[in-house]
Amino acid sequence: MSLWRMILTNLRRHRVRTAIGATGIALGVATMLSVVGLLGGAVKMFERILRSDSEMVVFEKNVSDLFFSNVEVGVADELEQQPFVKEAQPVLFTIITAPDRPVVTCFGIRASDGRLKKGEWLQGSAADFHDDGEGVVLGERAADFLKAAAGGTIGLGQGTYPVAGVVRMENGFENGGVFMPLLTCQKAFHKEGVCSVITVALADGHESSEVKDWMGKTHERLTALENEEFSRSYSQFKIMKTTAWVVGGCAFLLGGLSVTNTMILSVFSRIKEIAIARVCGFSRGQVARMIFGESLLVSAIGTVAGWGLSSGGLYVLSRIPQLQGYVEPRIGWQEVAGAMTLAVLTALAGAMYPAWYAANLKPAEALRFE
Amino acid sequence: MTKVTAMDQQVLVEDVWKSFDRGRIEVLKGVTLNVPKGEIVALCGTSGCGKSTLLNVISGLEEVDRGNVRVSGYDVVNESTRIDLLRHHIGYVFQFHHLMPDLTLAENCLVPLIATGGHRADGLARLHELATATGVEHRLGQRVRELSGGERQRGALVRSLMNDPELLLCDEPTGALDEKTREKVFDLLLDLVRSRGRTLVLATHDPELAARCDRTVKMRDGRIEGEAN
Repeated sequence: MSLWRMILTNLRRHRVRTAIGATGIALGVATMLSVVGLLGGAVKMFERILRSDSEMVVFEKNVSDLFFSNVEVGVADELEQQPFVKEAQPVLFTIITAPDRPVVTCFGIRASDGRLKKGEWLQGSAADFHDDGEGVVLGERAADFLKAAAGGTIGLGQGTYPVAGVVRMENGFENGGVFMPLLTCQKAFHKEGVCSVITVALADGHESSEVKDWMGKTHERLTALENEEFSRSYSQFKIMKTTAWVVGGCAFLLGGLSVTNTMILSVFSRIKEIAIARVCGFSRGQVARMIFGESLLVSAIGTVAGWGLSSGGLYVLSRIPQLQGYVEPRIGWQEVAGAMTLAVLTALAGAMYPAWYAANLKPAEALRFE
Repeated sequence: MTKVTAMDQQVLVEDVWKSFDRGRIEVLKGVTLNVPKGEIVALCGTSGCGKSTLLNVISGLEEVDRGNVRVSGYDVVNESTRIDLLRHHIGYVFQFHHLMPDLTLAENCLVPLIATGGHRADGLARLHELATATGVEHRLGQRVRELSGGERQRGALVRSLMNDPELLLCDEPTGALDEKTREKVFDLLLDLVRSRGRTLVLATHDPELAARCDRTVKMRDGRIEGEAN
């Protein structure tokens, strides 16, 4: 007989109560991992769009969102003249409407942009995408939900465009988006001569500081950041990540209340047993450890269940075609460690009052308790 | 007659006062009681006369308002002393067994070992010895809810003796049992205590049981009214 055996027995004999407590934690863990996983996945997908074969990204200083960034395409051409730059590709990010689809992400790119070459061409080929043409290439999911195929046409915004091909992209945003020749995209959105960002691949043996110095001297309105720097500093990413943790934290608070409730009920229902344990020589600390142990075990069960629940839920979500390929959940060890840490803290916080109450029970009074 | 010194006393209670409800209900009013080692003492009196409170005061489960309590040479003054006494020097049996219904009888009896962190093998050996002595060895693997009233109370007796206490406090230990079972359990209790040379302080309002003890202390309205050998 050990303290853990007692703890297990206490939880086992009140299965429904234990299940309710564990469910509270499970829902907290599932919500946190789901929200963090979904938003984290979205952030990673967006990062990968920017990183395509590049180490740096150039955009307008102090813009709240890259969709509002305006960079002259000529800057990309200037950059490509510099010895420290291997390649500079302008990309125009826009949102466009399509029949039955109010929001479709549109990427205005040059034919020389390597990203289409990385995809698996399901219809057409990279050669069908021209800088001076109007033909658009659809991501596989976009083609699916827009019910469009190569050789046909597709209504996007105010215009109708021929479909040059369909490509399966690894990135969810790209797979659910439309690739438009840069000039056509600029025309469609009245953004002639500008793009949202320029992705920069460095020439061998050169440093990102050379691009930054050059940018600082020649284009003060713009900024050049390494991809990692950009991910860390981009306010939209920060907001999304913070929101995810705050929402998850709130879910945990509710889970914590559930654990507190469970443990209070558990203590109140066995006041005499706790008193007898004290008569048998249990110290206040041992009684408190027993209650904290029960709470931690409930929390551990809830964490495992919540992890399974969120993994299953996210898997199902990622398979729903209507989500346009925007769902690419990503639950890494940091997220799991974060959820586990919160679960432990929730268990400890939730058991604090019940443990204090149990530890301070007066055995003689408790044994008179009816 | 042998003179009893303080060193020979198992329990020393000196002018103890205890009240409840912020002094409105006085339960013990200047009680003084000495119990030498190895003596079996019955506390007698009607319900509410203070027998149970006196046992709780001796065990440290209740703090006194005034007076001194000394058990096995320790002043019962603070939490750590009380815990030490309950772990190593005092066993306690109540009117109701207070065993945990979802644990087996063996697991219940081993609860004191969790408190002391005692060696499992030693604990099991002692459990079997006591269970054999009380006749519940064959019931050790049963859950408490599957046991009869007498078996439960014998189980509670085993639990109270697990840490080999010098002093056993029993509060109406046979009060919830039928007459036949009560006799058996009481015989067993006296045998166990006498054979091991332990001290027993017993609260009862059954004069027949009290008469079988070494000494009877009569209580009334929170005071000791008299004694009989």
